[in-house]
Amino acid sequence: MQSANHALTRRAMLTGGAKAAVAASLVPRCRPAIAEEEPASGNPDYVIWDVHGHLSSPGDTPGQRIANLLRYADRMGIERLIVFMGYPWAYDPSPEEVRRQNDQVLEAVEHARGRAFGFVYLNPKHTEASLAELDRCVRDGPMVGVKLWVAARCHEECLDPIVRRATELKAPVLQHTWHKITGNLPGESTAADLAILAARHPAASFIAAHTAGDWQRGIRAIRATTNVTAEICGSDPAAGMVEMAVRELGAERVMYGSDYAGRSFASQLAKVHGADVSKDAKRLIFAGNIQRMLAPIFAAKGIRP
Amino acid sequence: MIVDVNVHLSRWPFRRLPCDELSRLAEKLHVCGVTEAWAGSFDGVFHKDLGGANARLADDCRRCRPGLLRPFGSVNPAFPDWREDLRRCHEDHRMPGIRLCPAYHGYRLDNPAFAELLTLAERRGLIVQLAARLEDPRVQHPLMRVPDVDVGPLPELLVARPRLRLVLLGALPILRGDAITRLLRAGEVYFEISMLEGVGGVANLLARVPVDRLLFGSHFPLFVLESALLKLQESELPPAQVRAITRENARRLRRARPAADSGIRHAEA
Repeated sequence: MQSANHALTRRAMLTGGAKAAVAASLVPRCRPAIAEEEPASGNPDYVIWDVHGHLSSPGDTPGQRIANLLRYADRMGIERLIVFMGYPWAYDPSPEEVRRQNDQVLEAVEHARGRAFGFVYLNPKHTEASLAELDRCVRDGPMVGVKLWVAARCHEECLDPIVRRATELKAPVLQHTWHKITGNLPGESTAADLAILAARHPAASFIAAHTAGDWQRGIRAIRATTNVTAEICGSDPAAGMVEMAVRELGAERVMYGSDYAGRSFASQLAKVHGADVSKDAKRLIFAGNIQRMLAPIFAAKGIRP
Repeated sequence: MIVDVNVHLSRWPFRRLPCDELSRLAEKLHVCGVTEAWAGSFDGVFHKDLGGANARLADDCRRCRPGLLRPFGSVNPAFPDWREDLRRCHEDHRMPGIRLCPAYHGYRLDNPAFAELLTLAERRGLIVQLAARLEDPRVQHPLMRVPDVDVGPLPELLVARPRLRLVLLGALPILRGDAITRLLRAGEVYFEISMLEGVGGVANLLARVPVDRLLFGSHFPLFVLESALLKLQESELPPAQVRAITRENARRLRRARPAADSGIRHAEA
């Protein structure tokens, strides 16, 4: 068992502020009663990479926005952020708009000095432009993955050239997935759509962002498709989500992300910290799995995170 | 020491929750530093026999660690003889307040019976908790889709009941525009943080809500208890604000004793 004083001191060192230490002092007492004893807060004993977020925080420039986000990430013990899509958002952006938003992310990544990695945002309706943007930002630039949102459902064939190119570049593909009982957007993918795409590309690595929101359905939809990893961000901190994902997929196929800045880091971290799963599973979910997934492209690009 | 104003006992009907057994729930609250939890029950949301649900809730709270759980019974003003449920909550079970779920109980806030219920609760000095949302409407069971509560009629109702103490549960995601301001101006209304989202959410909210109207709420065990705790870590808050949100406001609210005009036997439990 880690003492409260120990946790407080470590966290205070991490965040570098007395006020932070006072606030943090609330949390170290919170130990899961069920699985094993450990602090349930932004625990410095875990390495945490957040695989899903946006520049939707206050700030006039991408640099200011990422700096603001990193300040909060520091308070929560998050070491690295993955960031994609600029601002303002558009459901079906033109190639020019996509390029402009990727430029914003490139600027943020440069400003973050190694604390943030970018995924290139693409609209698969524009195949040639997407391939060119993939080359610009990933092959020739610092980005390390692909983000696809709601322009087109991801089981459509227009995604195939993008996935093939991403696979050549060793870049994972993170696809937004939701299943809303209130109705999806016209181009919004479900987890089942992603399973169809992933089955066509067994050598590619896919991340099911949000695990469809309706995670009990989403986990089942991707269960048999082993090149898809469930990413837990962007839904309410429902108890039991991570437990089911680990039970059905294995901890190696579950990833932490928050969907910052629309979601808090806190509510999404809590899904893992509060889950009745082993410490080893939490280590994989918080950072081990994304580090393993990105290792090939890091090696190819000579990135030493 | 934390006072959590939004905890539930009994079973969520759509799936089992890791801490939906009383012993595990109590243990988790304890190890997380929650020394007092205001507890409603899921039975009180979904059952028609609210008298039975409230009696079980009161009994469970009594059986638990002394002082840990404070029962907030359910009253449905759209049901026959709801005034007797209210009386039992107050007089028989000595509850400090009641918890209302209009969307699940099938009435709108412009229903005259709801206005009467607020009047009677005010006279009895009962805290009224109103659940604006229990679950994201996008992920509800397809056979039971429940909309968020339209809180539009509330300001007028509050103005007419100046001694009413109202705690809105799960309301922050659905209060748009100046709705929070209008509620704050109308009466003694409080908000809790279980469904507050956005990076630095608590600090951001404090730009719109006075700290003395903000309460710690977790929506546990449907939500992970750590979520609300970590929100307080994420925002950089002075210790006095943390104390106010986590315990002082709730204690002051529970101990407040509005002038009773009904001859009710007690106002404290």
